[in-house]
Amino acid sequence: MVHSPLKPEPVGDVSPMQELYLRAYRLMLLARVLDDKFASLYRAGKIHGGVFLGRGQEALSVACGLALREGDVFAPLIRDQAGRLAFGEPILDAVRTYLGSALGPMRGRDGNVHRGHPKQGLLAMISHLGAMISVVNGALLARRMKGIAGTVGLACCGDGATSTGAFHEALNQAAVEKLPLVMVVANNQFAYSTPTARQFACDSLLDRAAGYGFHGSEVDGTDLSACLTTLTAAADRARAGRGPQLVVARLLRLCGHGEHDDAHYVDAKLKHLPASRDCLKASEDFLRAQEWADAPTLAAWRAEVVQKVEETLAKVHREPAPDPFKENWYALSARHLCEGYE
Amino acid sequence: MSITYLEAIREAQARALNDDPRVFIYGQDVGAFGGAFKATKNLAARFPGRVLDAPISEDAMAGLAVGAAIEGMRPIIEMQFADFSTVAFNQIINQAATLFWRTNVPCPITVRLPCGGTSGGGPFHSQMMEAIYAHYPGLVVMTPATVEDAYSMLLEAVAIDDPVIFCEHKLLYNHLKAEKLPTEALPVGKARIAREGRDLTIVAYSAMVQEALIVADELATEGWEIEVVDLRSVKPLDTDTVMASVARTGRLLCVGEAFPWGGVTAEVIARVACEGFGLLDVPPQRLNAKDTPVPYHPNLWAAHRPTAPRIAAAARKLLRL
Ligand SMILES: Cc1ncc(C[n+]2csc(CCOP(=O)(O)OP(=O)(O)O)c2C)c(N)n1
Repeated sequence: MVHSPLKPEPVGDVSPMQELYLRAYRLMLLARVLDDKFASLYRAGKIHGGVFLGRGQEALSVACGLALREGDVFAPLIRDQAGRLAFGEPILDAVRTYLGSALGPMRGRDGNVHRGHPKQGLLAMISHLGAMISVVNGALLARRMKGIAGTVGLACCGDGATSTGAFHEALNQAAVEKLPLVMVVANNQFAYSTPTARQFACDSLLDRAAGYGFHGSEVDGTDLSACLTTLTAAADRARAGRGPQLVVARLLRLCGHGEHDDAHYVDAKLKHLPASRDCLKASEDFLRAQEWADAPTLAAWRAEVVQKVEETLAKVHREPAPDPFKENWYALSARHLCEGYE
Repeated sequence: MSITYLEAIREAQARALNDDPRVFIYGQDVGAFGGAFKATKNLAARFPGRVLDAPISEDAMAGLAVGAAIEGMRPIIEMQFADFSTVAFNQIINQAATLFWRTNVPCPITVRLPCGGTSGGGPFHSQMMEAIYAHYPGLVVMTPATVEDAYSMLLEAVAIDDPVIFCEHKLLYNHLKAEKLPTEALPVGKARIAREGRDLTIVAYSAMVQEALIVADELATEGWEIEVVDLRSVKPLDTDTVMASVARTGRLLCVGEAFPWGGVTAEVIARVACEGFGLLDVPPQRLNAKDTPVPYHPNLWAAHRPTAPRIAAAARKLLRL
């Protein structure tokens, strides 16, 4: 799935890197504004269930989405609003799923970050951490069997998910089958409230790459340029048949686990470390320093995404909620095999 | 010529691989080795690149099957023993079973579970898993009891656009034989009257159908006519056929090899009690394995699961009520 949620900026004489950076920044901004909107709707009691933000992880996430092409497979997780937009998920999907519109891709059957279009390569995550990675493997193996070459799959997870058996099984499986999998671990230093010291005991998660037979790379997840370069290179290596890739990013989750969580357990000292800076701010500073965008341009871009988000919300607010009487209550596609419980 | 239950499973897979390029098999030791029970013997050589050895990663095996199904393939996953499917439980019930309902994308995967007790199998190579999977929406659960059904239902399992848990009983693998492969079969979801009778209905599935038929023979010498209903699939469960049989006999004994708490026998009895209470002349009975892990020693194992003598005793008691 590839469509762009933003109007292309008329580009004059800019380098491909500058163009990519500008695109990435504007998608990050859209993701942040959208996330912030969900947070305020949550506080206003307008959202059923939880809200999970990607605040502080937009640079890494957008780089994941932009490293992929049409026809690739993407398994985003809870903090990947930016990556989803970059991969081509319409804003409407996010808003409809959070607000429970019957017209959304999940039709009110599932909510918030559990959404996707599997047939278009955007997998709809289940909650169970680590479980999506082997699904990406399966899609990649199927493509190989069908003789489709040149596509890659990218799965995201946090530091906590690396402790699951599913993560281990799936990485080993990808390596055994030499699949073009890019596994991106956002080490945001916490899994809910649990710090990494209670999650794993190796020096770095990057060490795991060698153990699985992956190519490994590490990146500062707050540096958009570095993320774009690292993720593009990893996807390119996988695409070129050089086997599965592990990318570990250092950053800090700049929000609670979900909006219900005030993250009081995050030590204030941590928040002042370089790895804790806000990637969106950092890229704005970079844009200005490079003179790729001035303050009025940044303000105009922000106004544009705010308007986009508001328009989408206004549209979705008018859409119908799912109707239990119209719901068919069939869990199988073969209806004749469904049992008719009353 | 005669063909065993195990050969029927192999032939069904060969035919599925032959007829449909979307089918592939993935499981531990299924490749050149032909599988722990030889259910895939020679298939890797006949269908190069389509019968793949998996690492000992049941979770990732099932997850991979779902991903491949999304891409339009029709994978068959062999669990080496049904017992080890617990490691894949999450992928089966949360990933595979919810995919269609959540996303409208069908999930045509077949998970083969070599299930049930054999002499010396012990606690971790003997379990019956059908009730656990049948509990979850989004799965079809088949429990073939004959060579013919092993063949035709496995082909159906691969053809169905939903995840199918195919419970094949290890005790039947080499012991059950038929003259030839079937050319037609009952539809999935339809139970079979394995033997007609008018005095008592024994509802069974999987290997317990064979035990029930032995009991019916034995009780026939005492003048009783026992009707044996083979459920064939436990989900969907053919309540109509069970109810029609109970309407004829007025007496119901439901036999399963699984542990006693809940499960298929309880489900059958609950349905008959709710929907056909008036058909019953006497209270219905159920017979299951004991409420302990499956024991290793043949003496203990034979006493743990329902066997013909225990079923016959339960049947006689019911007939005398
Ligand atoms: C298998 C499993 N166990 C527990 C949970 C509950 N849970 C949801 S998110 C989360 C923390 C995840 O931490 P991490 O993987 O580091 O990702 P992050 O939230 O930091 O992005 C937990 C424990 C779950 N979703 N899945």
